Amino acid sequence: MSNPVIKAEHLSKKFILSHETQERYTSLRDVLSRKAKGLLGNGKKPAGSIEEFKALDDVSFEIYQGDRVGIIGRNGAGKSTLLKVLSRITEPSSGSITIRGRVASLLEVGTGFHPELSGRENIFLNGAILGMSRTEIRKKFDEIVAFAEVEKFLDTPVKRYSSGMYVRLAFAVAAHLEPEILIVDEVLAVGDAQFQKKCLGKMEDVSKNEGRTVLFVSHNMGVISQLCKKAILLSKGRLIQTGETRKVIDNYVLNTQANSNSYEVKPGIDKNQKRIYFSRVSTLNTDGVACEDFQFDQNIVLDIGLVITQYDHAAKISFTLQNNNGDYLSTFVEDLSRFYNGKEEASFKIKVPSHVIAPNTYAFRLAIFLPHGTTYDLVEMICPIRIHDSGTDMAMFEGANYGSFFLNYEVLS
Amino acid sequence: MSGVTEELIIEAGRAEKNYWRDIWRYRELFYILSWRDIKVRYKQTVIGAAWSVIRPLLTMLIFTFVFGQLGRLAQPGGAPYPIIVFAGLLPWQFFSTALSEASGSLVGNANLITKVYFPRLIIPASSIIVSFVDFAISFLLLVAVMLFYQYLPPLQVLLLPVFILIAFLISFGVGLYVTALNVKYRDFRYVIPFIVQLGIYITPVGYSSTEIVNRYSEQARFWYSLNPMVGVIDGFRWCITGEPMYWPGLLLSIVITFFFCLIGIRYFRKTEKSFADNI
Repeated sequence: MSNPVIKAEHLSKKFILSHETQERYTSLRDVLSRKAKGLLGNGKKPAGSIEEFKALDDVSFEIYQGDRVGIIGRNGAGKSTLLKVLSRITEPSSGSITIRGRVASLLEVGTGFHPELSGRENIFLNGAILGMSRTEIRKKFDEIVAFAEVEKFLDTPVKRYSSGMYVRLAFAVAAHLEPEILIVDEVLAVGDAQFQKKCLGKMEDVSKNEGRTVLFVSHNMGVISQLCKKAILLSKGRLIQTGETRKVIDNYVLNTQANSNSYEVKPGIDKNQKRIYFSRVSTLNTDGVACEDFQFDQNIVLDIGLVITQYDHAAKISFTLQNNNGDYLSTFVEDLSRFYNGKEEASFKIKVPSHVIAPNTYAFRLAIFLPHGTTYDLVEMICPIRIHDSGTDMAMFEGANYGSFFLNYEVLS
Repeated sequence: MSGVTEELIIEAGRAEKNYWRDIWRYRELFYILSWRDIKVRYKQTVIGAAWSVIRPLLTMLIFTFVFGQLGRLAQPGGAPYPIIVFAGLLPWQFFSTALSEASGSLVGNANLITKVYFPRLIIPASSIIVSFVDFAISFLLLVAVMLFYQYLPPLQVLLLPVFILIAFLISFGVGLYVTALNVKYRDFRYVIPFIVQLGIYITPVGYSSTEIVNRYSEQARFWYSLNPMVGVIDGFRWCITGEPMYWPGLLLSIVITFFFCLIGIRYFRKTEKSFADNI
């Protein structure tokens, strides 16, 4: 493989947090008076504590040409700082980055747009700010306007634009940049779903067909896994993992939620008087590890323990998937006899299919009952789970309610 | 793909090797930022660009009246009094607006600085261009006044661009220094109007530098030229009204100008990389 396009070595960025002043900016008076105090006080430490904060802490990675790399991490993990250092807006405190090729960064949609200027003028202004030459912009002007769908309002000052139009125009300019390396912060969070899809498509196009390198920050795992082949996981300024997007996202999701969601009957409760009851229920991933966050393409395994004090041959067990509101979405019923092996305790696992349940949060309802008769045990809304988008066709619409299941629809001519 | 890919190394405290070439590469941004500021300047005003004519015209009228009629500071030479005043007022106006525009420019463009990379020097530089446009309009006004008085300037008027350049350099140097300081210490936005206000009295705008010689001594005039705008205004008067030039003073002013430019650029470049963190 050729040399990396971006090579970061031991990158750190420190900020000094001063707990002394509340003001947004230092004023000269403060500095002078502090210095004067320092002189008079025989070098005593000035009042107020100063704390060092590492926004980036010894981060090293390599990115190759044509890579589409997602940068993920929680708020404050250092994602934006990393992008700012990469795009030369701010200087690292130590370490180095070697970049080969022209970089364009899009940390905000519509940087430098001037409200008083018309759409046409802002295209040129914004283009120049993003590093395009006038001839380049002129060449792509019609394309940009068509992409933004603002033909009619080209000569209207952008302050009269609707927010949607504004964002479309701004993204359209950025989308037509032709850098070798494109750095994009969470700018797709704006705009309607359809436009977002268009933007993502454009970005994918830019990277796939033109061999450009894209670095992309988002909190939307679905978009990341759809767009990026590789990912970088940051946490508290440190680099946790780099590698294939799927694995990195799994790691991210697992690390963010470590709590157990399992259901367990504490001994000594009146459950003991029931003939048959659930003693424990938990959700596992296919590796057998307790988990409550699943990818769309992962199987969910229900691990169930039963106590059967008095066996009933006719009893059945049902498993129902519930949504947040407690509605029943889908039920699976099995005979109790399948799990009974003559002992008082029985345990078994149920696999819930992957690729079907739409990204959202769900819970389970489990029951042991006789058809049209007694209910031996019933638990509802237990084992809450989250399904995460790992690149479904609907990733663009994350956050919107598009139902609970993916079915194989087909278009007939 | 283009075969030529250049390598850029980002490191703490690394002096940019290609700094000046980078500025050249970003010249389009420089044009367009200047154009934006000019374009936006008189938006949503009723008389629009007429302001850029009315403002210097009114100032000239006021100064002619105050210094000529009330102050009696006039030093009548060969040229009509309004032209003498105008010749001093013109560079001063340019300097003062350029300095005020430049010193606020970085803070005023904070949204760009925190979101995009480009050589930051472009921002104060383009803000000075805006003041230059105002200067050009005022200059046309001066030409109009000269036509009105049917006054023909001496031959050295051809050297006027040199003095315009010096005025440009002074405002650029001082402006760079102040705007960089302003990012960290906002005190300077209060200091500048004061400098501009006070400056008009310690600069021969409403009177002639020869007045200094008459009242004090030849040596006083030399030290008076420590204020670099003295050299510029003397130069303007020399070019336009033919008032004799005091060369040692001009030399001192030029030296001071380059000194300001040098420390301005150096300080600016030293602090440039932390602008985004401090603004």
